[in-house]
Amino acid sequence: MLTDLTLAVARAGLARRDFSATELTQAHVDAVEALNPTLNALITVTADQALAQARAADAALASGDDRPLLGLPLAIKDLFCTKGVRTTAGSRILGPFVPPYESTVTANLLRDGAVFLGKANLDEFAMGSSNMTSAYGAVVNPWKRRQDADAVLVPGGSSGGSAAAVAGRIALGATGTDTGGSIRQPASFCGIAGIKPTYGRCSRWGIVAFASSLDQAGPFARTVEDCAILLRSMAGHDPKDSTSADRPVPDFAAACARGVRGLRIGVPREYRADGMPGEIEALWQQGLAWLRAEGAEIVDVSLPHTKYGLATYYIVAPAEASSNLARYDGVRFGLRADGGDLRELYEHTRAEGFGEEVRRRVLIGTYVLSAGYYDAYYLRAQKVRALILRDFTDAFAQVDALLTPTAPSAAFAQGENMDDPVAMYLNDVFTVPASMAGVPAMSVPAGLDGNGLPLGLQIIGRPFDEETVFAVAAAIERAAGFDALPAIRPGAVAAE
Amino acid sequence: MDAGTGYTIEGASGTWEVVIGLEVHAQVISNAKLFSGAATAFGAAPNTQVSFIDAAFPGMLPVINRECVAQAVRTGLGLAAQINLVSRFDRKNYFYADLPAGYQISQYEHPIVGQGTIEIELDGGITKSIGITRLHLEQDAGKSLHDQHPSKSYIDLNRAGVALMEIVSEPDLRSPEEAGAYLRKLRTILRYLGTCDGNMEEGSMRADVNVSVRRPGEGFRTRCEVKNVNSVRFVMQAVEAEARRQIAVWEEGGTVEQETRLYDVARGVTRSMRSKEDAHDYRYFPDPDLLPLVLEQGWVDALAAGLPELPDAKKRRLMARHGLSAYDAGVLVAEQATADFYERLAAGRDAKLAANWMLGDFFAALNRTGRTISDPPVSAAQLGALLDLIADATINGRIAKEVFEAMVETGDDPAAIIDARGLRQVTDTGAIDAAVAAVLAANADKVADYRGGKEKLFGFFVGQVMKAMAGKGNPALVNDVLRRHLAGGG
Repeated sequence: MLTDLTLAVARAGLARRDFSATELTQAHVDAVEALNPTLNALITVTADQALAQARAADAALASGDDRPLLGLPLAIKDLFCTKGVRTTAGSRILGPFVPPYESTVTANLLRDGAVFLGKANLDEFAMGSSNMTSAYGAVVNPWKRRQDADAVLVPGGSSGGSAAAVAGRIALGATGTDTGGSIRQPASFCGIAGIKPTYGRCSRWGIVAFASSLDQAGPFARTVEDCAILLRSMAGHDPKDSTSADRPVPDFAAACARGVRGLRIGVPREYRADGMPGEIEALWQQGLAWLRAEGAEIVDVSLPHTKYGLATYYIVAPAEASSNLARYDGVRFGLRADGGDLRELYEHTRAEGFGEEVRRRVLIGTYVLSAGYYDAYYLRAQKVRALILRDFTDAFAQVDALLTPTAPSAAFAQGENMDDPVAMYLNDVFTVPASMAGVPAMSVPAGLDGNGLPLGLQIIGRPFDEETVFAVAAAIERAAGFDALPAIRPGAVAAE
Repeated sequence: MDAGTGYTIEGASGTWEVVIGLEVHAQVISNAKLFSGAATAFGAAPNTQVSFIDAAFPGMLPVINRECVAQAVRTGLGLAAQINLVSRFDRKNYFYADLPAGYQISQYEHPIVGQGTIEIELDGGITKSIGITRLHLEQDAGKSLHDQHPSKSYIDLNRAGVALMEIVSEPDLRSPEEAGAYLRKLRTILRYLGTCDGNMEEGSMRADVNVSVRRPGEGFRTRCEVKNVNSVRFVMQAVEAEARRQIAVWEEGGTVEQETRLYDVARGVTRSMRSKEDAHDYRYFPDPDLLPLVLEQGWVDALAAGLPELPDAKKRRLMARHGLSAYDAGVLVAEQATADFYERLAAGRDAKLAANWMLGDFFAALNRTGRTISDPPVSAAQLGALLDLIADATINGRIAKEVFEAMVETGDDPAAIIDARGLRQVTDTGAIDAAVAAVLAANADKVADYRGGKEKLFGFFVGQVMKAMAGKGNPALVNDVLRRHLAGGG
């Protein structure tokens, strides 16, 4: 089936005219139509636009155009502003907002010929680890437990719709954003690859902001190489984002074939969390063994401030969010709930427009920035953040990359972890430190747990050394030979 | 500290001093806003100069405008201030309908410019040095229009995001006069630098006035901030009104509470806007969308090299080179256009005569015609030509005034007027001899008086001769001939 192809293979097929871009897109549009009612992976489906883009791609292919993503259908996380296409950020508060501009990352993808199938579901304003906070309904993970197959599993979050779309084969690849793990944890939960590049690698211009000093766009795909191809198109300096890095974008796909011989791979001892399932510990050891077998040297390292990562993250991210979300006030765009005066307009609009988790984080963020609390919370968190970065800097003086589990569990069921926000926040324990340090990190599917659910391993690299991250991830991918399929996918949905 | 004006207010219980600090918001002259490419022209139709960044649309990011930074540095250099090579932008968070992002990007802890000074000139030739605490860059907010609709407020975002320099003085000012002199001097410097047009009526310069009172010799008492005063005169009035209010509070046994107040121009009093308890908690924190602003010393040096001559230096130069008095030089440098006019006028001419003409007849003509120095009824070249005609004795000073009035009226060059009206000075001693002889003959009695010792009559004879010559006699020659005749030389 065309929907089973990897992005790289589909690209080769298009180039050889084995099939047309229209056929490829139509197959995915059909898959969306068949599966999205179940998965709820896309909030807005843009089938007509996708088919028009595919026809244009066919014309371009016929004239010898070989742009890297020409005719390849993708899902776009609904946090990226897309010109003329409704953008919700998973929130009611944006109402029917249709951006009059295209985010830099999606503009880069369109420049390279990509086809957009629609806007992928997400936790509201990217705040969540389960996709349960979306105002547009939960996303269903295409994977099922072997035992308890009736349980509906979450895809992780916040980029849950993107991950479910790629895992459920309704898109060849997808964009995500990662603030504390929002690409890597859903990739792990859904058995696909996803990379959060170095902070500054992709422009944030036109992405609805959650926490500006942490937000970073990245791709999802079913292979490491596909992620590399997508990231190369997404990345690049953008003068419209002052935090965007002005450095060349390497050929990430070429790095996938480098191998790991001679690389020093660090094992941070602080990631051996108490209560981590034995299966995850075992998979981690397996991953290290694969790399050793491929010629890497395994080195124990210490990241001593890891234990403060989560607490620090849950100060910094809400603080920035509380300020970033102040613009949703009912005055200029999006939802407006009228009130008798300006204060009531704000109160009604924001009470109606924001969900519970967003309100919680806005309140936390407002609190930690308040007079009398700023020093104890925000300022101290920034100091700890500097120490976390130093941990990584020190570690990378000894090793070329780090290997850790991506998440402390496999995908959980809807309803689980819901009563205690802190239990939910613990999902990010392995992903948050790399976010705080701004270093690149990737999740690659490495195996299944006893219940048949995918588990990912995380590769963390030096700033702007995504190439080594891709090289290590590709080595694990080759060694793992991960070929398990989710229960919900085109052609298999009848079995549901 | 210098003596200053020695201003005090007599209360019922004794003498009070006034302590004033000013926070001036000066709109930066730039084509584009501080963090967006939108235009900044004054008076455009509402919401026509607004980018998606200014309106805080989702995903929009600020990018610092290099020219606004250069303007702030130039201003800092003009205030003889510390230029901070590393500064930082913070978010000042509060909700208001004309603040689209819900925060203003400002510089809180690390401003671009640190301490500097301004020399102010007071009556009686006193000068006083006023400390500048800091200058920082920030965005302006939009404008709320509450009087356009019975139940709705309209928002105009043209001004939202325009670059402001907030220039904070030390509490060194001690009287309304000093506050006024400070504002005028600051405005002069900004205009010289070309970094702010200083038009307070258009809102491109606004002042927050911090006022407290104290007994002579005391430390500072609690201050109140009078917000958004928009003319020099109102600042001076607000200082006095607020000082008198505070004195009354203290003298009645009360306590002045720190608060924000507004000056009611119509009633000449300040009234409370919000108390300290209602003060916003702005939750400042570093703006994560912007990196620290790092300047290179070489770039700052290049800006310094490109600065124009500033008013203090220009004044000293005019005094030293042209022998002008401090007062005259001060008036001539108050506006750069005036100083430029003067320097064009004085070049190669009698500089003091040029100053006298400018400060006298020329300024009077400006006032009378309602014209400005940038749009004068007589150009510097025309006025210069008139001075040249005096210098080469084509006309005398008296006729020159007549010619000048005709120039103001017609815009014609002086030579043309002189020719057309036959005003050329008579230097023909024969004609002067004849006129003198006729006057003396007609006033034989006065000649006798003069010769008898009433020498004051000399002026009378001069007047009569000039009158007889329709004012065109060369005064020096007329004097010579008269003296000769009266001495009996005939």
